[in-house]
Amino acid sequence: MAQRALMVVPSEPAQKPLSDSPAKFEVSGLVASFGDNEVLHGIDMVIPKCRITAIIGPSGCGKSTFIRCLNRMHELTPSARVSGSVLLDGEDVYGRRVDPVLLRRRVGMVFQKPNPFPTMSIRDNVVAGLRLTGGLDRSRADEIAESALQQAALWDEVKDRLDAPGAGLSGGQQQRLCIARALAVEPDVILLDEPCSALDPISTARIEDLLTVLRERYTIVMVTHNMQQAARASDLTAFFLTGELVELGPTAKLFTRPQDKRTEDYITGRFG
Amino acid sequence: MATSLTDGRSRGATRPRAERLFRALCLAAVIIPLLILVILVGDVLVRGVGRLDWAFITSLPSRKAALAGILPALVGSLYLIALTAIIAVPIGVGAAIYLEEYGHDSRAARLIELNIANLAGVPSVIYGLLGLELFVRTLGMGRSLLAGACTLALLVLPIVILSSREALRTVPKGLREGAYALGATHWQSIRRVVLPMALPGILTGTILAVSRAIGETAPLIVVGALAYVTFLPQSPMSPFTALPIQIFNWVSRPQEAFLTNAAAGIVVLLVTLLTLNSVAVGIRNRFQRRLR
Ligand SMILES: Nc1ncnc2c1ncn2[C@@H]1O[C@H](COP(=O)(O)OP(=O)(O)O)[C@@H](O)[C@H]1O
Ligand SMILES: [Mg+2]
Repeated sequence: MAQRALMVVPSEPAQKPLSDSPAKFEVSGLVASFGDNEVLHGIDMVIPKCRITAIIGPSGCGKSTFIRCLNRMHELTPSARVSGSVLLDGEDVYGRRVDPVLLRRRVGMVFQKPNPFPTMSIRDNVVAGLRLTGGLDRSRADEIAESALQQAALWDEVKDRLDAPGAGLSGGQQQRLCIARALAVEPDVILLDEPCSALDPISTARIEDLLTVLRERYTIVMVTHNMQQAARASDLTAFFLTGELVELGPTAKLFTRPQDKRTEDYITGRFG
Repeated sequence: MATSLTDGRSRGATRPRAERLFRALCLAAVIIPLLILVILVGDVLVRGVGRLDWAFITSLPSRKAALAGILPALVGSLYLIALTAIIAVPIGVGAAIYLEEYGHDSRAARLIELNIANLAGVPSVIYGLLGLELFVRTLGMGRSLLAGACTLALLVLPIVILSSREALRTVPKGLREGAYALGATHWQSIRRVVLPMALPGILTGTILAVSRAIGETAPLIVVGALAYVTFLPQSPMSPFTALPIQIFNWVSRPQEAFLTNAAAGIVVLLVTLLTLNSVAVGIRNRFQRRLR
């Protein structure tokens, strides 16, 4: 079974060195719950800047809840509670005077199911964040839309039909449109919650390539239940199990020499 | 015992029969009301179409059946519908947004919703009495178009609110979250994402509600619509009549000729209703097409 764990590790070291990167997020004692159901039981974790951090773990272990605590989307669920601290560049995002709306402009999010706004054209979808939150003149809209679509590797496919509805694109294109939409707001961090789980392998590969480019400028945190994807496309991997962080380490190391027995069982497919 | 697919001769024999019977009953349930409707409309058309001409539509009422026309009632009804929509739609949609988007967990909101559902079932005469007391007397609107429209607006509000809420509820959670994740405030996500999505549904409910008002007679009689009006309404404060009241007035006369007028009046009412509905459905479809 050990070979299987080896198999998923990329042959050439695509990962960037971790040592030279400052922390983007410092999470400590993070407890999150829905009503009486405590879902995260005190997570301590450092997420480095301009790296791709993958979060793996069996379904229901709190991966989505964890990243939704990073941009304060968790608290939008009426019964949701959080405690502990999450520092973004040293500033507590749960601080008394922090406006979650401003936080979310710095920490963008892409969801499992592509969710372009159906009432808007492709161009309007890309600049939706800017338009939602304030005035935006037409010429600047075109400029920003083009640059975000370029970054999301979607420009060539849609440049002739920017006025067509966003919902008319294929699933993979829609997901890249959602990435472009997140980029247009110029965040520092992009959270992705199983961004490829609804996509075919070719679209998945395109998005993984895209993320590798984007990490030059953005801190990326990606939830995935696909271990191959974590191994291929991340610098750092965190393994979650029933609301706890079991292990966090450089991806190559975590997949070849896991420190914890539970991590080893999981990546060799013995449970989960 | 293993069950075979061809097992049970008795079941095999009874099930299709029971099923056929059920289908026949359901079909009857569709056909019977349809048939009654066709007979009613057919009867009205046969009696009324002969009387229907341009003069009938453009004339004022008269004591002579052959000279009488329906103009003041038609204009009155159109004004009423327009005013009712202007009053009921913003209030109704606003209330729905509040209940669905802001107050949806509070006990107060649940209590309000329960009451709104009950209000939708209150007989329209009761609304007429309320309108008479509140708008005509207390607020001093008199027996005017405005008082009539306010009363009808009250009557249709519960339906506008309930159907708008339903439409808001169908907007997927993922789209709201998408807006929040871009740094939108609650209001911005409602304004730019939720409302445009819900608009076709809101329009559908509103159309149905407002078109219900065009046939309402009882509350207008209570509020004091006149039965015999020989002028067109000049302002929202004018006295008025409306199509169903004119029709009711003609039907209650003994002379045969007035009954023919009533039939023709009903045809005008139906055509007006259908026209308004198709215009509204056309508008809705345009919005809906944008969504695909
Ligand atoms: N909206 C919610 N309301 C109540 N419980 C929830 C909600 N969302 C998730 N949960 C619970 O929280 C736990 C963790 O869920 P989640 O973070 O979505 O897991 P994952 O993303 O790892 O599959 C699950 O047990 C789930 O039942
Ligand atoms: Mg999840």
